[in-house]
Amino acid sequence: MDYVVLLKQVPDLAEELEIDADGTGLDREWLSFVASEWDEYALEEALLLRDQGHGGTVTCLALGVETGDVDELLATCLARGADRVIKVGSFEAPPDSHTAAAAFADALAHVHYDLILTGVQAIDDLDGQVGPLLATRLDLPHVSVVTHIALAHHHTTVTVHQEYAGGIVAEFEATLPAVLGVQTSRETPRYAPVSRIRQLMKTATIEAMAGGGGAGSGLVIEAMAIPETGSTAEMISGNPQAIAERIAAILSERGIGTAVAR
Amino acid sequence: MSGDIVVIAEHRDGAILDPTYELLGRARSLAAASGGEAIAVLLGSGVAGLAGSLGAAARVIVVDGPGLASFSPTAYQAALVPLVREREPALVLIANSGSGMDVAAGLSAALDLPLAAYAIDLTIDAGGPLATCQLYAGKIQAKVRFAGGRGIVTAVAGSFPAEAGMGPGSPVIETVAPAATDDRIRFVDLLRPEAGDVDITRESVLVSVGRGIGEQENIELVEALAAALGGAVSSSRPIADLGWLPRTRQGGKSGLKVKPRVYLALGISGAPEHLEGMRGAELIIAVNSDARAPIFSVAHYGVVADLLDVVPALTARVGG
Ligand SMILES: Cc1cc2nc3c(=O)[nH]c(=O)nc-3n(C[C@H](O)[C@H](O)[C@H](O)COP(=O)(O)OP(=O)(O)OC[C@H]3O[C@@H](n4cnc5c(N)ncnc54)[C@H](O)[C@@H]3O)c2cc1C
Ligand SMILES: Nc1ncnc2c1ncn2[C@@H]1O[C@H](COP(=O)(O)O)[C@@H](O)[C@H]1O
Repeated sequence: MDYVVLLKQVPDLAEELEIDADGTGLDREWLSFVASEWDEYALEEALLLRDQGHGGTVTCLALGVETGDVDELLATCLARGADRVIKVGSFEAPPDSHTAAAAFADALAHVHYDLILTGVQAIDDLDGQVGPLLATRLDLPHVSVVTHIALAHHHTTVTVHQEYAGGIVAEFEATLPAVLGVQTSRETPRYAPVSRIRQLMKTATIEAMAGGGGAGSGLVIEAMAIPETGSTAEMISGNPQAIAERIAAILSERGIGTAVAR
Repeated sequence: MSGDIVVIAEHRDGAILDPTYELLGRARSLAAASGGEAIAVLLGSGVAGLAGSLGAAARVIVVDGPGLASFSPTAYQAALVPLVREREPALVLIANSGSGMDVAAGLSAALDLPLAAYAIDLTIDAGGPLATCQLYAGKIQAKVRFAGGRGIVTAVAGSFPAEAGMGPGSPVIETVAPAATDDRIRFVDLLRPEAGDVDITRESVLVSVGRGIGEQENIELVEALAAALGGAVSSSRPIADLGWLPRTRQGGKSGLKVKPRVYLALGISGAPEHLEGMRGAELIIAVNSDARAPIFSVAHYGVVADLLDVVPALTARVGG
């Protein structure tokens, strides 16, 4: 069983985001980047499947974008236990999902896989999720919002759960090879010591492959804006006691808190 | 190209789901602007009876076949690709649900039609369709158009009123067989959530906690506050994923939809998937250390502070 995992970095939402001078994109100058949360789940699932008796290799692919640090991302994959890492194409800025899917499709013509795992979504996609876009390009079946990945012994099918609203879940059986958009992993993504990542960044082989060119999202971004938050909310400030006092008063107006016994 | 607005209907257990009505309501007004029809496409097996629930559409296309008895990403895609290709609607509207993500991106790639994802608004003006989409977990909004004037839109649940799509009517009903089938993904079973110790959909006070809680041991702090308020503790998804609270306490897109009298959002950023499950609460009070957290755009009262300071103070105040 050979697994391919697609990963990327996204802006760290703990930092403030700003719009660029054109008003149609993010100002990338001061951004700091982190691995996209759902991709870490995808990698963890691949490693678990490999190590829980199914064997095979885990190959991680990321686009060669100049923002952030792709080498660190891929070295982290190796530190966690991936067998092989590949940087695909070369992009000044993170491309749209359609372009990313086209680039991965090019590269995957040269990589063997039985199962491709992606994060279910990423916070920066505007034109849809790469998983199903890539799957359709490769003529593979795909399932999004997946948990509970279980491989059949004969390795020709996989069983997964797809999550819906209200905690309802569909179980599907998919014929391999297939693409899955991973929502969460069975276990918290494993930790890789920073020292090991640093070392691998110096010594490990990060392969490069060509990919990309010309797909485009077909979307024209007219404007980007930071929505006003708190314009409708009444903001409460003060020290914790003053804040507690005010919230207690708001609640007690509604008969909630000390005034009511349940 | 026609001016038609197609809505892919989502249904489960013999009922049309709310997000479909939300889209259908918007499709009616968009169709009026584009000079086309609001068309609902209903896929299933023996589902003709459900077409009657889509009275707000001008036309319902029922795609009926044994391979469509339950949702399957491949079966839906195989059936929809030729249909959308042939009818050339101006817009295809799809709920941004688990199944909707598969259908929308699959159609976009197969038909080379642009896709605007996570839309919270959609209008048509002289320049054609204009979608407002959420990015960066709700921290940015983008207004986008389709280069060729037509495309696919997935909408965040709750973006449009469902009532507008629920009206009675007598749509033209066309029944067709799927033009193609693809059984590479086979439906096995529908699993329903087990009941939890507490039913958060019935609580009138929810003290809801997100990743801002920091450590598992801090859950005690919110348990104490909930007890003091006579309410229950609920959570965002990561807290359930971490196993710090049972899955049955999770509110949101893949959790439960809650509508309590009071919802205290503590250390919850307010990602679209979370808002989807709780924005209907009567009173929302949010505590978050980030003044730009999207939760403040749905809150009635907001506090920019460390929840680890506010929660004990509030517990002492109401419990004292
Ligand atoms: C298909 C799908 C379905 C999903 N379904 C759901 C769902 O049902 N429910 C759900 O919740 N999510 C769901 N998600 C996940 C969702 O996208 C977000 O990842 C999640 O809601 C984030 O949870 P959070 O707000 O707790 O964490 P974060 O986004 O990490 O936010 C933590 C917040 O805490 C604040 N904070 C940090 N420290 C403190 C402090 N000391 N005091 C105060 N504030 C602090 C931070 O400023 C931040 O705003 C789903 C995602 C997908 C893709
Ligand atoms: N530039 C990229 N590099 C590597 N993986 C990507 C990239 N873009 C998308 N992916 C994969 O596709 C998933 C969905 O991303 P997105 O389509 O941007 O929501 C991500 O979680 C990754 O697994």
